[in-house]
Amino acid sequence: MKTPSRRRSADDRGFRLGTGFFALLVVLLVAGIFFELYRTSTLSLQKFGFRFWTGKTWDPVAGEFGAFPFIWGTLYSSILAMVISTPIALGIAIFLSELSPRRLRTPLAFLTELLAAVPSIVYGLWGIFVLVPIVRSFQIATPEWMKKIPLFSGPPLGVGMLSAGLILAVMVIPFTSSVAREVLKAVPSTQREAAYALGATRWEAILAALRFGRTGIIGAVILGFGRAVGETMAVTMVIGNNPQVSASLYAPQYSMAAVIANEFTEAADNLYLSALIEIGLVLFIITVIVNACSRLLIWSVTREVKAKAPKPVATMAFAAPTGGGQ
Amino acid sequence: MNKTRRRKALSGFVVFLCGAAVVLALIPLFLVFGYVISKGFSSLNWDFFTKLPKPVGEKGGGMANAMLGTAYLILIAGVFAIPVGVVAGVYLSEYGKKSFGSLVRFTADVLNGVPSIVIGIFAYGLAVLPVKHFSALAGGLALGFMMIPIITRTTEELLNLVPGSLREGALALGATRARAAFSVMVPAALPGIMTGILVALARIAGETAPLLFTAFNNRFMTTSLLQPISSLPVQVYTYAVSPYDDWHRQAWAGALVLVGFVFVFSVLARVVTRRLERMHRT
Repeated sequence: MKTPSRRRSADDRGFRLGTGFFALLVVLLVAGIFFELYRTSTLSLQKFGFRFWTGKTWDPVAGEFGAFPFIWGTLYSSILAMVISTPIALGIAIFLSELSPRRLRTPLAFLTELLAAVPSIVYGLWGIFVLVPIVRSFQIATPEWMKKIPLFSGPPLGVGMLSAGLILAVMVIPFTSSVAREVLKAVPSTQREAAYALGATRWEAILAALRFGRTGIIGAVILGFGRAVGETMAVTMVIGNNPQVSASLYAPQYSMAAVIANEFTEAADNLYLSALIEIGLVLFIITVIVNACSRLLIWSVTREVKAKAPKPVATMAFAAPTGGGQ
Repeated sequence: MNKTRRRKALSGFVVFLCGAAVVLALIPLFLVFGYVISKGFSSLNWDFFTKLPKPVGEKGGGMANAMLGTAYLILIAGVFAIPVGVVAGVYLSEYGKKSFGSLVRFTADVLNGVPSIVIGIFAYGLAVLPVKHFSALAGGLALGFMMIPIITRTTEELLNLVPGSLREGALALGATRARAAFSVMVPAALPGIMTGILVALARIAGETAPLLFTAFNNRFMTTSLLQPISSLPVQVYTYAVSPYDDWHRQAWAGALVLVGFVFVFSVLARVVTRRLERMHRT
């Protein structure tokens, strides 16, 4: 017969293994996604090989699949979104963690994070009926000499790369800014106090904090990039859905996620379907790598600080690292 | 002296820019909410909630089937995702300090960043490809997969807010680890866990991409697991890209319902989380 304490430890082991199994499911899920996507895209992987990613013709009728225009569109729109959103997101993070009066901090943080809660489809709807007409009127007002620059060439359609980049920027801002804020929060206040003690201005002290947390800040920006790469509905609705490779902000183009969303239900034959799934597979791999990198970078700051740094000394009167020092 | 003044001026300028960034980000937020509320409210009527969609070209009709469909899909997703997510979260907070815990946490975060459309393809491969037709089950699976990492991470976070002394007390009284976790820790964090679930529900309620080729769409009411089913986001999408004014009107109304749902749950989640934090800090 088992003694009670022996039974207890057996129970504990059972509990540990039982709950551990569910935790394992999370890991298996990611592995399962990779396996399933790989399995269903073999047809296209075998037939086209690397040519799939350099080919520029996407012709389902002829059975010719080249995904370069989609990669181009995804990278172009995501990088454009990062160029627009990064300064704004970092500005928000700095304002909320270093400058804002305490009273405004919570409501402002809530509002900026609310941007992330709005469903993609709502952004898309708003994009079609509000943003695109605004962009179009800007395009019409473009002076002639500017239209000669390749970046601004093409007819004023409204839909296109510029609209996609703008709407992506809005959607990505809350992700970058909230993580950057977390990182800045993890920077020990001794960093700022030291800067102030050396006679730094407020901006110079912030710069010291940014420099201390730079890996995490880069992680926050990369995280935003990962979001932009995988964003589907809003982009599909405003990018123009035209598989061409153009440098112009005004040109209607396409993205990887958008082509899957638009053509998946139409894919009649197996090769077409597996070509679309291959695009999905690569999208999966890109986002996993991007997210893994950003998490590691972010953790390296927030963890290191928690583990190594001494508890911040009580804020001294002259330091005033946060809040208006009136 | 001059240099100091320049440094101070630069500092003031950057501080101003940071404030401007906040204002700049709030402009699209207010614009989106403003349009959705004004256009949505003027299009919302009783028919919208009670009628089925009319055939192309006929005015009127509503999205009753889509709303029911969304509720049904969420139910399917919740049935399997909530237990898995909560129990995995319990594991992380009880035993998650070791390397396997870090791995799970890491994959959950990575899974959270996987595009929803990719999850949709996965569910398609699991539940549509073998039987060759779209189904509510496939849509529910896709949404559930998206919920799991969110619920896992929020459950862990909120369980960690509960003081460890509670667990130690239970263990000292002779409870097993399982008893201590499920009879003491989880109930103490229950309001928080519920909110975590609501946040996950709000997040997936507006998802369109993974449903396009799993649940697909259906003009009629259905509660069959194996039939295609309509959902609010997909219906909004179909109507938004259509050329009909009356459908655009209804798309705005649908968007308002979605945004309202998401907003209420976000606010609720905030309130409960803050209350929990305050409760356990003092």
